[in-house]
Amino acid sequence: MTRNRRSNLLTVGMLALLVYFLFPLFWLTVAATKTTGDLFSTFGLWFGHDFALFTNIRETFTREDGQYARWMLNTLGYAVVSSAGAASLATFAGYGFARYTFRGRSALLGLVLGTIMVPTTALAIPTYLLFAKVSLVNTPWAIILPSLVSPFGLFLMWVYARDAVSDSVLEAARIDGAGELAIFFRVTLRSLTPGFVTVLLFTLVATWNNYFLPLIMLNDPRYYPVTVGLSSWSAQAVGGSGANADLLACVVTGSLLSVLPLVAAFLLLQRYWQSGLSAGAVKE
Amino acid sequence: MTTTTAVAAPRRRSRTGNSGYLFIVPFLVFFLLFFLLPLAYAGYLSLFKDQLVGGTVFAGLDNYTRALGDEQLLGGVLRVALFFLLQVPVMLLISLVAALAIDSGLVRFARVLRLGIFIPYAVPSVVATLMWGYLYGPDFGPLAQLGDRLGFSAPNPLSDTLMLPALGNIVTWEFAGYNMIILYAALRTVPVERYEAAAVDGAGPWRTAWYIKIPAVRPALLLCLMFSIIGSFQLFAEPNLIQRLAPNVINSAYTPNVYAYSLAFTSQEVNYAAAVSFLLGLVIVAVSYVVLFLTSRGARR
Repeated sequence: MTRNRRSNLLTVGMLALLVYFLFPLFWLTVAATKTTGDLFSTFGLWFGHDFALFTNIRETFTREDGQYARWMLNTLGYAVVSSAGAASLATFAGYGFARYTFRGRSALLGLVLGTIMVPTTALAIPTYLLFAKVSLVNTPWAIILPSLVSPFGLFLMWVYARDAVSDSVLEAARIDGAGELAIFFRVTLRSLTPGFVTVLLFTLVATWNNYFLPLIMLNDPRYYPVTVGLSSWSAQAVGGSGANADLLACVVTGSLLSVLPLVAAFLLLQRYWQSGLSAGAVKE
Repeated sequence: MTTTTAVAAPRRRSRTGNSGYLFIVPFLVFFLLFFLLPLAYAGYLSLFKDQLVGGTVFAGLDNYTRALGDEQLLGGVLRVALFFLLQVPVMLLISLVAALAIDSGLVRFARVLRLGIFIPYAVPSVVATLMWGYLYGPDFGPLAQLGDRLGFSAPNPLSDTLMLPALGNIVTWEFAGYNMIILYAALRTVPVERYEAAAVDGAGPWRTAWYIKIPAVRPALLLCLMFSIIGSFQLFAEPNLIQRLAPNVINSAYTPNVYAYSLAFTSQEVNYAAAVSFLLGLVIVAVSYVVLFLTSRGARR
């Protein structure tokens, strides 16, 4: 079998590629253990004179009344609420479009799928202007509400529901007299789970990593997600002197800490998103 | 498992009649409020303009004619188009090669490779850009440090000539793994019989990859391409953050989104910013469909 033949050349090439993808994270980890002084004076890809990781973590979390912890909690809140909402709406609607016939179905589906290509950032400024009219800017809702709509999530769930749910099971449940909602929650939902988790995870990443929308919508640092917070810290640290001299170590440590939760989520949920993705990626 | 009878089928439609709406209405409400409405509002705003005398007045298509002749905007659009042409082929090639290699069974540590290459996707673009910005930087970037120690002056990635490749590298680093996973997932669904047929014909792994696997992942590749078009044309976080390190290289109109942002929030030209956003959305949709059309025509040939 070809499966047993290994190519050393290919393995070496791929490991080189792996080094490219991991070395910035290695650099970040090393840099988080350094004092700001060591950051400048010692070689970037190896440890410095002092091991300052725990000092840096403490400094990151206590700086300016612990606003970093607040930013992380904000990000967590925005990301969890947005992704749970977006995945639920997409799962509901995807199932509705895939499994029911009703007047206007193809027109509505076409309308939604036609907007997959509309970029979210092209919507961000218009949404800001609209929200400014109704006093929604500078509130958490300004981040959550626009993130609840995921046309691509709907597409993924629509494809998924077409294949993963069999008509005969639905018919059987109907003959047994179950209502449509009961059927959905008791019968269908289980087979839609991999798709749901996929959409959940990818909208989670999109909200967790979002920068443009919160940058526009928020000007009160209390509501910042960690991306905008780190960006504002790094802007202050660019000066790099006086009161902000040690801020750089916080930017670096804060960056490292902000990456860990998502990396952990992806590693723990591998089984789900890898199977969910194969459904969306293949059938166009 | 219960078997169904043929009798149930015709009854279904009448019995479940409008239940479909139950499932789609929540999504549609949010879609209407937070997708279509902002779009319509932007379209509406773009038809007005602010004047020093007389306040906001109806301007028809003035903002659009201004945009079409706006050299800063056109410069930005051309720059992201160039970025797309430079960065996306490199990224998708890396993704495809990595997916094929991992799928082929010819490499060791396939699982570690797959996860390791994918991990950058979980890193926020802000963090990725800060990281690469420091790595590129003249102060404590390892590149500059190595140069200092070995006595040569390393090329500065933040200079005018190297900025676009430097940004391309950041975006490639962020998304190559994501695309690889999509392609890999597609490869996994290729029926085994096809490989067996190829093996019987005496095709080695390279020929199998070229004649069977790559054509099989064509739809997935197209999906990646579509995402990349959107990503390139709406480039914002990377130039916005790098701007601080290289204010003379990245101006306020470096990409269309950077420009729209500065129009709306620095120069307070809200109506014109709305028109620019609207046009940008239009350009992206148009480019996507042109690429879709060209590639699907190629496939049928």
